[in-house]
Amino acid sequence: MLAKRIIPCLDVKDGMTVKGVNFVNFRNAGDPVELGRAYSQAGADELVFLDITASYEGRKTFIDMVRRVAENVNIPFTVGGGIGSVEDVGNLLNAGADKVSINSSALKNPQLISGIANNFGCQVCVVAIDARCDNGEWICYVKGGRVPTERKLFEWAKEAQDRGAGEILFTSMDHDGVKEGFACEALAKLNDILSIPVIASGGCGSMEHFRDAFTLGKADAALAASVFHFNEINISELKDYLHNNNINVRR
Amino acid sequence: MKVAIIKYNAGNIFSVLYALKRIGIEAEVTDDFDTIRNADKVIFPGVGEASTAMAYLKEKGLDSLIKSLKQPVLGICIGLQLMCQSSEEGNAECMGIFDVKVQKFDNSSCPEFKIPHMGWNTISATAGNSLITEEQNNAYAYFVHSYYAPVCKHTISQCDYITPFSAALHKDNFYATQFHPEKSGDLGEQILKNFILL
Repeated sequence: MLAKRIIPCLDVKDGMTVKGVNFVNFRNAGDPVELGRAYSQAGADELVFLDITASYEGRKTFIDMVRRVAENVNIPFTVGGGIGSVEDVGNLLNAGADKVSINSSALKNPQLISGIANNFGCQVCVVAIDARCDNGEWICYVKGGRVPTERKLFEWAKEAQDRGAGEILFTSMDHDGVKEGFACEALAKLNDILSIPVIASGGCGSMEHFRDAFTLGKADAALAASVFHFNEINISELKDYLHNNNINVRR
Repeated sequence: MKVAIIKYNAGNIFSVLYALKRIGIEAEVTDDFDTIRNADKVIFPGVGEASTAMAYLKEKGLDSLIKSLKQPVLGICIGLQLMCQSSEEGNAECMGIFDVKVQKFDNSSCPEFKIPHMGWNTISATAGNSLITEEQNNAYAYFVHSYYAPVCKHTISQCDYITPFSAALHKDNFYATQFHPEKSGDLGEQILKNFILL
């Protein structure tokens, strides 16, 4: 049976992982390659490395870090941040990344999704969506959650799928960093309208929150950062907990 | 031990190189016929589209070369599919090493099964096979694919997603896995070690 995936996300700035509370104040949490390897050994199913300052400052994700991760980690990993072209994607895949995550650049240039899918296959293209619920309407944000767009979450997710996205990584900006749980209602709706996997992100503070993302939110995978980086949740204990709650996980 | 990884127009080839390095094996990524022929082990990996990959292999003559190899050969993911008779992906005529036709997953009667089949799923083992041993029965391997080889006489490991399908095939000196051993954690590294020891 296909397992629900647990994905630690490593936000990278200047070669070090950081995690922002509501995307603003950063706390330092270590070397991405060492952390990635430790997570892989602890039972993480995949890893995501996001160059969080890249889209804001226009910088490119560090190819060297990607290569070092590929050499040292034996599970799949996704890289995001600052990817603006099919050529950028080719460089990251050649360095050893398995998938790329695009966010602002996909909203600005939706053809980028089909460009990636046609050149490298749908499975490579993760479309990340940062959204916030404004007056009952989920609105997509760009530039690390700073700038609202005209696009609405559910329409954009469907369009991204139709253009060739392999997965949707949905972050609720209202929930991110607050540790009060994932946006399960919106997740469940995404799962109902999409035929590709949905990764839940933003808001996790306890093991129950992961359970809810999989049961109430029907997510295929759940992503979190600080609860893992600061050892508030141990991945193997989390998997035992989910297993005991009848959720199929790799242990 | 000389290990050749076949270089062609498919992605993820360097991941296999890195995975071998982690188990202490230096391999060479190459499309040189003599280097491939003289290797002790040959790995045919990749992520890509079947008809495009097949056209490239034919143009370079790599398809005939692979079929003629006598040492252990391991196909991975699209490698497995290209070693079958044909694939519904781009209606590709493939190498025909394994006597089975690759099909697309059909979720029309069960839309809750998403396509591609992406993530960790359990694989079975067949008694007496050296690539995937009984110790690895029911372990989780990492899959990413929309097409599959049905269960057939060459199947040495099964996985179940919508329908039971071939997680691994074996015939003579040819082995293949639909999952990615290079991305399947400790299990994958053990399977690569098993292949190197064949």
